[in-house]
Amino acid sequence: MINVPTILWIDEEGRIARPNDVAFGSNQFKEMTGIDSEAHLERLRAWVRGEGPAMTPEEVRAAQTLPTAADQEARAEFTLAWWLSQQGHAEDAEPHYVRAGELAPHDFTIRRGTMLIRGLDPMGEDFMKIVTEWTEAGNTFYRPLEPVSAS
Amino acid sequence: MPVTMTLLHDGRVDEISVADLARPTIPPDQLESLLGWELKPEGLCQGYMCIPVDQDDLVGEDGLDLRVLADALQRPFVTDEKHAVASLGASHHDRGEALASLDAPNFTLPDLGGNLHSLSDERGKKVLLVAYASW
Repeated sequence: MINVPTILWIDEEGRIARPNDVAFGSNQFKEMTGIDSEAHLERLRAWVRGEGPAMTPEEVRAAQTLPTAADQEARAEFTLAWWLSQQGHAEDAEPHYVRAGELAPHDFTIRRGTMLIRGLDPMGEDFMKIVTEWTEAGNTFYRPLEPVSAS
Repeated sequence: MPVTMTLLHDGRVDEISVADLARPTIPPDQLESLLGWELKPEGLCQGYMCIPVDQDDLVGEDGLDLRVLADALQRPFVTDEKHAVASLGASHHDRGEALASLDAPNFTLPDLGGNLHSLSDERGKKVLLVAYASW
């Protein structure tokens, strides 16, 4: 999971029937995100009612983004930073949070999710700064699977 | 003089005694209880699986070099020497294999009332898992 919202479908056998995807429960933020919630909701209703398919295992695997070595190193740095924060060493945790973000710049569960812990604003200027840098470098903040969630 | 280092790994917090914080080591006889591996002539072994490793690099006077061990297991290893703490992460290979298996990993979380719920409790039902943040 590298951003929110993230949804995942799991079937009756505990198997992933749809991998991590970006989907909203309503169109409250559609203007900002460009993502229409209805496409996912329609497909979800059909799957739950047994009127429509999930994805085949091959399609799920093709749509998954598997973690890289850098992603896992970022998570190790995050674990270290979180432990230091919990022990009252916020200042010494900071370089590890920063390093985690450098290793996995696409991982906004780390970059945005740690902002409150670090005294930064996850809804204000601090967040907008990293999003602006990310998008101006040609990256997309929300990356829904095609074609379900894309508007 | 040995110092105590905190080792964060596999959801555990262990205290280990190391001679050098810059080159943390563990005694060979703690390898299995800490990490579930055994050192054999053929390499690092877990059950029937063995990973070849240069034992001259791995084994020193003070024990098994954790950085060499982490490299051999393709696991990230990061440290903070000031606070004598290290984090041994999960291998991207293992994580990728687990995800590609399509078996949803079980987890247990409390609801607002403190009641615990496990994903496995929902077996037999279709589950929509939603992760969100209110910030």
